[in-house]
Amino acid sequence: MIDLLKESFRKFENHLNGSGKGHWHQLRKEALSAFSSHGFPKSKDEEYRYTPIGRKLEKAIDFSNIKPIAEHRAQGEKQLFHDADAIHVFINNNAIHIGSLNELDVNGIDILSLNTASKKFKGEVESHFGKYANVRKDSFTALNTAFSYEGIFVKVSKGAVIEKPIILHYGSDDSATTNFFQTRNLILVDPGAHVTIIESYTADYSDVQYSNHVSELVVGENAHVNYYKFQNQGGEDFHIDNSFISQHRDSVVKAYTFTLEGKIVRNNLNISLEEENCEAHMFGLYVVQNDGHVDNHTAVDHKVANCYSNEIYKGILDDNSKGVFNGKIYVRPDAQKTNAFQSNKNILLTDTASANTKPQLEIWADDVSCSHGCTTGQLDEEQLFYLRSRGISQSSAKAMLLHAFVNDVVDKIEIDFLHDFINDEMYNRLD
Amino acid sequence: MLKIKDLCAEIEGQQILKGINLEVHAGEVHAIMGPNGSGKSTLASVLAGREDYDVTAGEVEFLGKDIMDLAPEDRAREGIFLAFQYPVEIPGVSSNNFLRTAVNQIREYKGEEPLDAVHFLKLMREKMALVEIDQKLINRSLNDGFSGGEKKRNEIFQMAVLQPKLAILDETDSGLDIDAMRIVANGVNKLKSKDNATIVVTHYQRLLDYIVPDFVHVLYDGQIVKSGDKNLALELEEKGYDWIKAELSNPIS
Repeated sequence: MIDLLKESFRKFENHLNGSGKGHWHQLRKEALSAFSSHGFPKSKDEEYRYTPIGRKLEKAIDFSNIKPIAEHRAQGEKQLFHDADAIHVFINNNAIHIGSLNELDVNGIDILSLNTASKKFKGEVESHFGKYANVRKDSFTALNTAFSYEGIFVKVSKGAVIEKPIILHYGSDDSATTNFFQTRNLILVDPGAHVTIIESYTADYSDVQYSNHVSELVVGENAHVNYYKFQNQGGEDFHIDNSFISQHRDSVVKAYTFTLEGKIVRNNLNISLEEENCEAHMFGLYVVQNDGHVDNHTAVDHKVANCYSNEIYKGILDDNSKGVFNGKIYVRPDAQKTNAFQSNKNILLTDTASANTKPQLEIWADDVSCSHGCTTGQLDEEQLFYLRSRGISQSSAKAMLLHAFVNDVVDKIEIDFLHDFINDEMYNRLD
Repeated sequence: MLKIKDLCAEIEGQQILKGINLEVHAGEVHAIMGPNGSGKSTLASVLAGREDYDVTAGEVEFLGKDIMDLAPEDRAREGIFLAFQYPVEIPGVSSNNFLRTAVNQIREYKGEEPLDAVHFLKLMREKMALVEIDQKLINRSLNDGFSGGEKKRNEIFQMAVLQPKLAILDETDSGLDIDAMRIVANGVNKLKSKDNATIVVTHYQRLLDYIVPDFVHVLYDGQIVKSGDKNLALELEEKGYDWIKAELSNPIS
């Protein structure tokens, strides 16, 4: 596998022409060597113990044909939410629909392809790209970085308040020449800016898709970012996501991860609180059916004092599905007066569904308030009987209870069309 | 309306009901009294269809239909209502949505058109006034954080909205102060008609000052051992249950 991969990398280098030098390419080479020495995670790797994905990917992916994402006029306007009142960007078939970028003209925001940005915003890209996405820690991040070429670059100017959400629509069309996608985002939110970004994965094609996404977000002082991931792709698809968020003083981030479909989905959400008085919220919801497998690994790193983090993840696991949750909270020695909360709750709808949940708090400071809780169980029989005794059918009663279960996450969604879609989807799924 | 014949039920292998016989007609109020552990709440639960209990023998006919094989929701749709001894809290389920779903699924079962939002709201307002319940409670999640009295009042409110033919009140009075009990009883009395019937399961006679029963039955060790009119309740209040126990162990006297 590694030999084939290196061959792909050489082909890639040849295509880079003059840009195969410099800082970025150095990162690529480091990433390739990091991946080559480690390969995909093995089942004995603690971080991937419950999600043994490596072997499956080794078999499924054509390593001789790994291609970087390209600029390309791709059409994809028929995706879910395409008609929402939002700023739309389409990423199709390993290609960004640059047409959609050119048409954007919103004050206070630049949305470019990453490669274009590396020239136009050379300084910013060089100082931030690859700085947060650690290729030594996660082999998927390494593989992504090794072949990074194109992606989405978003820069929100100082003080700009972007009213409309930005939707990054990820999909594929029938001209796809590979089943393996790697996409990359670099999002820089300057001080005092407000922005909402939605990554929407909704395409469902007959061929199984394997995708490996990496995003880096830098949130400036006093900036506010709402960052949504909406994962509703095909039920046979593999989806790996690594997101790295770096927060500066007084900033507020709300990160939402909704997983409604997928064969194996693994999300690594990493938030680093670099300066004081930051607030980080993480809301997660996964509703899994058949033999779907959804794994959320989150890590929030309190590096300094007086920050707040709050995390609520909820899962409904049906059929033979499996949910995995690992929540790390690091409170460094200097991070006094930290407030950190974490909760993971799962409902198992069948005897064959399962959940593995592991809170992992590492606290080196002594004046902090931290708590965590996790529960896994079935629906409450007493509540079910109560509802049924009023004439409500068993299936409606279950739907009501499950809806109530997810409500405190669903109600946190601040975007109406997304809230309504997920709300309706919950009713349709659960009734 | 309701005919119970030799009803036996057990839970986890332990027999609780040991041959209950009871007949209730439209327009009647029956009180079922008895010491703790005699099977009163079990009887109420079995009638409502709680699945924890195994019915081992006997028949229950409601409006000419055998209901023992019906799911709890279908019994409710046929017109049976159980006011719970301990109504459960269901955070996240709005009272409004809950009741509207219940009303419309019952209507659907009967082949009636669903109530639209306007008519449903009208029904709610009317019944809220009838049972003196505060709109604020209805705006909250179902029973969520309600006091004991508020929960019981909400049971009566649901009963008013769903308009059952047979209401079974399972110790609705327990834990209520006099004012709350009066309001609950008042609600029950207002809902009474010649077409519906009420079974009041209670440990105390006091509720029966407010909801006057036509018949009083004493349940003891899984059987109805004595029946009478409202005076039986007064006698029980005065003498306790011991004389009945004594009477049973020594039938000659």
